Amino acid sequence: MAANPMYQFNVYRIGPEIKIGEVDISFTNASLFMVISTLAILIVFNLGAKKKSLIPDKIQLLSELSYSFVSKMISDTAGAKAKPYFAFIFSLFMFVLFCNMFGMIPYSFTVTSHIIVTFVLAAFIFIGVTIIGFLKHGLGYLKLFVPSGVPIILLPLIVVIEIISYLSRPISLSVRLFANMMAGHTMMKVFGGFVVSLGLVGGWLPLGFSVALTGLEILVAFLQAYVFAILTCIYLNDALNLHH
Amino acid sequence: MKKIIIYLYALFSFNCIAKSAETGGMPQLNPEFWISQIFWLTITFGILFIILSKFILPKIRNNLEIRKSQIMENIEIADNQKTKSENNLKEYDKIISDAKDKAKKTFNRAKEEIQLDLAKEREKIESELNSEIQDAENEIKDLKKSSPEKISLIAVDTAAEIIQKLIGIKVNKSNVSAIVNEQVKLMKGK
Repeated sequence: MAANPMYQFNVYRIGPEIKIGEVDISFTNASLFMVISTLAILIVFNLGAKKKSLIPDKIQLLSELSYSFVSKMISDTAGAKAKPYFAFIFSLFMFVLFCNMFGMIPYSFTVTSHIIVTFVLAAFIFIGVTIIGFLKHGLGYLKLFVPSGVPIILLPLIVVIEIISYLSRPISLSVRLFANMMAGHTMMKVFGGFVVSLGLVGGWLPLGFSVALTGLEILVAFLQAYVFAILTCIYLNDALNLHH
Repeated sequence: MKKIIIYLYALFSFNCIAKSAETGGMPQLNPEFWISQIFWLTITFGILFIILSKFILPKIRNNLEIRKSQIMENIEIADNQKTKSENNLKEYDKIISDAKDKAKKTFNRAKEEIQLDLAKEREKIESELNSEIQDAENEIKDLKKSSPEKISLIAVDTAAEIIQKLIGIKVNKSNVSAIVNEQVKLMKGK
């Protein structure tokens, strides 16, 4: 069973079956890793926020650097108007990052490698951004689909393309993260399987690949969390500062 | 090496296909636990968002602001001290230049005084010398004036004495002087 590279993505129930009416909301291994990531984030940042020394120690520095990193990312992409959404984007970035990173631990479960999780996040962002856009600009938000400086003949085509690209945002956002995580973990599992099946004689080459892939996957874990957060910022920028 | 990798990949993918056929493809597309995942995601992410935004992030922002303001304060204090020390330095420079000026003035005054004194002394000595020279010149003049008469007197005396010794007669001095005067006149006439 362990040789199947997809086996690591299996979700199974931990503890008793919980049902509300006909809906199954049992605590699973996915839920466990969501809880672990959340707790880890809260513990790390709580420790970092507790101390108030002028010269920060390591954990304080970590939390303050992440704070200024995310705040710079938001102000660079979405401007000063996006400040009220800082807490959301910070939590989003940290949640995705910690879930990705916890997934790198062997025998752990990667929450973000499930399309349903990333799709719920992306759909929430999409709906939220659309609501913000309509609240800020009213029906003027629809101007987003009509870029300025386009010849009138091309306009119908452009508008259709813009609408399609806007509607595909949640799909591209969620599939990007999910596919990256799944592909990386599958690859690692595949090369790990090579090491076992080739044994002491031929297993060294895939072992080297495995080591290299681990480094790459840690990079991808960070990068995908960053991309997820920055794309959220860009969508938010469209909704807040309507200039197309 | 390529052959080996291709061979291995073929071997493994065959294995994979065989196994995944048993479990039924991607577990991600199995909707059995979708609702559960959505439910727990909402709960964990909601708790994370609420705690971060209400309790932790304001604290971190506070810390950062406090640090920023403290650093600004320190920079301000350092600037103040810098300007103060610069002022002190200027004052010291002024004091030093003042002292230099004073010293120069005192030196110049002393020099002038000394030169004045010197000039006075010199004048004094020169005037003294001049008067002495004048005196000496006057004396010389007097001597020069009186010398011909004296010479003639001496000549008269000596002539009278010589005559006395030669002839043994006392000669009337007025005669002798008349002769001498004649001789002198003759000599002067030459």
